Amino acid sequence: MTLQYHYTVPGDDFVHAGEASGHLKGILRQLGYPNDAIRRVAISMYEGEINMVIHANGGEIDAEIDDRGITIVLRDQGPGIPDVEKAMQEGWSTASDAIREQGFGAGMGLPNMKKYTDSMQIDTVLGVGTTITLRVDLH
Amino acid sequence: MEHQTYFHSVTLNKDLCHGCITCVKRCPTEAIRVRDGKARILGERCIDCGECIRICPHHAKRAISDTMEALDGFKYKIALPAPVLFAQVKHLDHTGRIILALRRIGFDEVYEVGAAAELISQSTKEYMSHYQGPLPLISSACPAVLRLIRVRFPDLLEHLLPLQPPVELAAVLARRAAVEKTGLKPEEIGVAFITPCPAKVTAAKVPLGNQNRNIDAAIAISRVYPQLVQEIKKMELPEFEHLSHMGSTGLSWAANSGESIGSGQRRYIAADGIENVIKILEAIEDEQFTRLDFVELSACPGGCVGGVMNVENPYAAAARIKRLARDLPPVVTQWPTPEWLPEDVYFNKKIEPMNVMSLGGDPSQSLLLFAKMQSYERKFPGLDCGSCGSPTCHALAEDIVRGYRTEDDCIYLLKEKLEQLAQSLAGLSAHRTPMEDIEHDSE
Repeated sequence: MTLQYHYTVPGDDFVHAGEASGHLKGILRQLGYPNDAIRRVAISMYEGEINMVIHANGGEIDAEIDDRGITIVLRDQGPGIPDVEKAMQEGWSTASDAIREQGFGAGMGLPNMKKYTDSMQIDTVLGVGTTITLRVDLH
Repeated sequence: MEHQTYFHSVTLNKDLCHGCITCVKRCPTEAIRVRDGKARILGERCIDCGECIRICPHHAKRAISDTMEALDGFKYKIALPAPVLFAQVKHLDHTGRIILALRRIGFDEVYEVGAAAELISQSTKEYMSHYQGPLPLISSACPAVLRLIRVRFPDLLEHLLPLQPPVELAAVLARRAAVEKTGLKPEEIGVAFITPCPAKVTAAKVPLGNQNRNIDAAIAISRVYPQLVQEIKKMELPEFEHLSHMGSTGLSWAANSGESIGSGQRRYIAADGIENVIKILEAIEDEQFTRLDFVELSACPGGCVGGVMNVENPYAAAARIKRLARDLPPVVTQWPTPEWLPEDVYFNKKIEPMNVMSLGGDPSQSLLLFAKMQSYERKFPGLDCGSCGSPTCHALAEDIVRGYRTEDDCIYLLKEKLEQLAQSLAGLSAHRTPMEDIEHDSE
């Protein structure tokens, strides 16, 4: 038994960014999943959503809930990540000054996604897009 | 779904309830349903925020509070006035007038909650200077917010500032001082909180974060107000001049951001109104505030000035608090006080989460239930009209899965069924009976 959800994240829309993770959080809460897992899903998915808004003009999210955890696939058709290793370093960001002035682009997105999930896979092709697969297990 | 084991100060007057769904739609914890034409409060979910009292067009929701008679058996009576009480009286020129008035209507002693608030402000500063845990810390002063966190944001319990709300500290210090002064036993002294809201009534009777019950009665501000106004007219300086022990810091706790400013916060958010509070808690949960030390939240609009047991308009009250504060020294009551014990200030009981929103069972069971719920929800129109008595189509689906409702409670589904039934009735009535056929043949 799994539950599946699909979300479309609009680009350049900071007002509605976070709605997808908020929706999934509500479902997990109602399922009575452990608070720790809900928290980790909410934080890592929110970071993923914001990344899509900032860097990739939006994207698509597929989330699947099973009885052992949650899998989140974030797919965009943005510029791709030129140097994944650098992007995984805390504080490193390619966000524009305009984005930083809005309080985003602190270079914590990918590192936080890694920190709060049990596994994270990045598939990126320059000029084509990025797919990030996150997994949070119930402990 | 009905439990009598939860004490609640927010209750329903069935005779006045029209069964409209105004409160059902506005309840922040989806704790109200209309059943058999009347609203019902689900005890395990209600946080006593008073939102339903504020919006009910028929005044069918009310808050229970004590009367003065609740103190009849006590030999010595103490009033603990909330800071916002001082904002209720028009043209008040001196906070001392309220204290003298409280004495004249039957209290032997008055201990201002604002005085204890000044102590909590100092303790907050002290606590935060050593604190190493998760930030931002969330104020624990508003009991409706405390209960909201317990029910809807259980993983934020570790962000709570583990200090007693000022009224609890006031009750402990006032009783101890009275024992010292009178030689009476602690249980012979009655302590009454003069409260602006039902959440504080509930907190007085069933405190969270405190294993002791320190407050014997909680009396609504609106209940003592008429008597106080009468008394205030009958007094002259200097009889009330030196009665107050509360500075502008303590008084300002009555309105939004007063607590934050009083404890010297530099990076803080102060939000008021239950919907805004929920948005802030969601954001904290998602770690969206990374550079914030302190969050002050009040369920009522404007802070305690917006409490439903007040008399004065919240904005007028907030303006009066500001004006009165200008004439007061910043802080009057300071640590150490003679009656003080360090443990008085801190929570002495862990606040446990209440996962009442979840469907329950292990993950595979709850997944099945949720899938069932979704299949119901897909049949519903998604208008969230509330005609079924549940706040949303989602909530109705949940109520069905929990076994409290059936899908026929959705008037749209019912109408569809009736249409189908009408069609098959029409089909049946068009059908000729054998007798009719015989008559035809004989013509």
